[in-house]
Amino acid sequence: MTRYAYYPGCSLETMAASYHVSSIEVAHKLGVELEEMEDWNCCGATAYSHVDELLATVLCSRNLAIAERQGLDIVAPCNACFKNLRTTALALQQDADLAEHMNFALEADDLQYGGGVEVNHLMDVFVQEEMLETIRSKAGDRIRGLRVAPYYGCQIVRPRRPGVELTEVDNPQYFEELLAAAGAEPVPYPYKLRCCGAALMVTNRRAAAEMVRDLLQSAVDEGAEVIATACPLCQTNLECYQADVNRLCGTDFNMPILYFTQLLGLALGVGVRRLGVGKELVSAKALLAGRAEKAAAQ
Amino acid sequence: MVTTTAGKLSFREEVENLLHAEDGASLVRCIQCATCSAVCPVVEFMDHTPRQLIGLINAGMKDEVMSSNTFWTCASCYACTEKCPEGIRPADVMYALTRYSLWNDSFDRDWVAPDFTRRFTRTILRTGKSYEPGYAPAFIFEGGFGGIVSEMQMGLKLLAKGRLPLVPARIKRIRKLRAMVARVLPLDGIE
Repeated sequence: MTRYAYYPGCSLETMAASYHVSSIEVAHKLGVELEEMEDWNCCGATAYSHVDELLATVLCSRNLAIAERQGLDIVAPCNACFKNLRTTALALQQDADLAEHMNFALEADDLQYGGGVEVNHLMDVFVQEEMLETIRSKAGDRIRGLRVAPYYGCQIVRPRRPGVELTEVDNPQYFEELLAAAGAEPVPYPYKLRCCGAALMVTNRRAAAEMVRDLLQSAVDEGAEVIATACPLCQTNLECYQADVNRLCGTDFNMPILYFTQLLGLALGVGVRRLGVGKELVSAKALLAGRAEKAAAQ
Repeated sequence: MVTTTAGKLSFREEVENLLHAEDGASLVRCIQCATCSAVCPVVEFMDHTPRQLIGLINAGMKDEVMSSNTFWTCASCYACTEKCPEGIRPADVMYALTRYSLWNDSFDRDWVAPDFTRRFTRTILRTGKSYEPGYAPAFIFEGGFGGIVSEMQMGLKLLAKGRLPLVPARIKRIRKLRAMVARVLPLDGIE
């Protein structure tokens, strides 16, 4: 069984609780053990980098050190946490002075970081070829033919990881492959890497609302029945604020937004409640009920 | 190294010094091709496009730059950073400028972003974790009556779905985390 140090991030304890439960369920089904990190702290989001670079680095260093003590590589389900942890791990690897400075700080919590932790996004775990094969063999008909827009978000691919070609971050395909392995039909989604507006939903509502409007419109235009996300901030902006986007932009969207782990869980036969389905503000019930009938008729 | 007068840093150098931990190219490499502006999803809401801002920095036009909303409008999606043909990292330049503006206390008081950033930072220093409802005062009155109603409706629905916490979460070793941070920066400077 593959084991990882699981870094849920703050959102998965609250707004994105359904991402948390569905991640655990799917991992369990696929033989992956997610061992939650002991006393992890916030990654600092974007705010800490706005204030001070060292401050942002020290927060993530603590998490890296905790994972190292656990002896495991990190898995983070949130794009922003993933990016912060990953870029910090890289900076510490490349800059010995910075690492020394951070280790001086870490001593205050009886921690040390030697630089040996790899940071993965949760999706990385499920898109390995062997894993895709397992998913293909285990997937039932619950989401077969479901037209899904694969919304990567930005920080899952950017800034680019070392060794990754520009073409791979321009038009990645692994999310599509994962959805297809689960039986769904990924639609071409030109906006799949475009920003959801992130914290602008708070700091500049008009800007973020228009960004979300464009994302939703693109999915509608491509005939998607649901948008799948891999980030709690993307999910919140696209889903929780969908009503406000409609109000501000004069639109009439009613597009369910589910986490990729919820769709994967459905395909693997996990019950809807155990996947946190039903916690959405834009209900996915009609969509999934329709699927059940279709699957039964086939 | 080019300085405006002997011993005094140019504005561009001041900005670049805030990029110490990044490996991006110097801003003097900018060829004003505007690729960054073209790929930016939020450019239409900026006072200056990323290209213009970099041009202004290189020209030493500090006041123009610091009164621009551009760096607080950046959503950190890194589209520009991937595409710059000269290897400049515009998204990191935006971060450098937000730091510069917070440290110098030189931001427009009407902007939500600096206030939100400070609330967020203080929250993490107190509890070790983020707590969304605590940030509401930074923006709730921005959207007028319609905005407040919409925000409250959403909040109530989220509460009903169990997605909004009433009490902030807290890590166990918050004191030690604070002691760690204090080894990097004086806490009273950020609280």
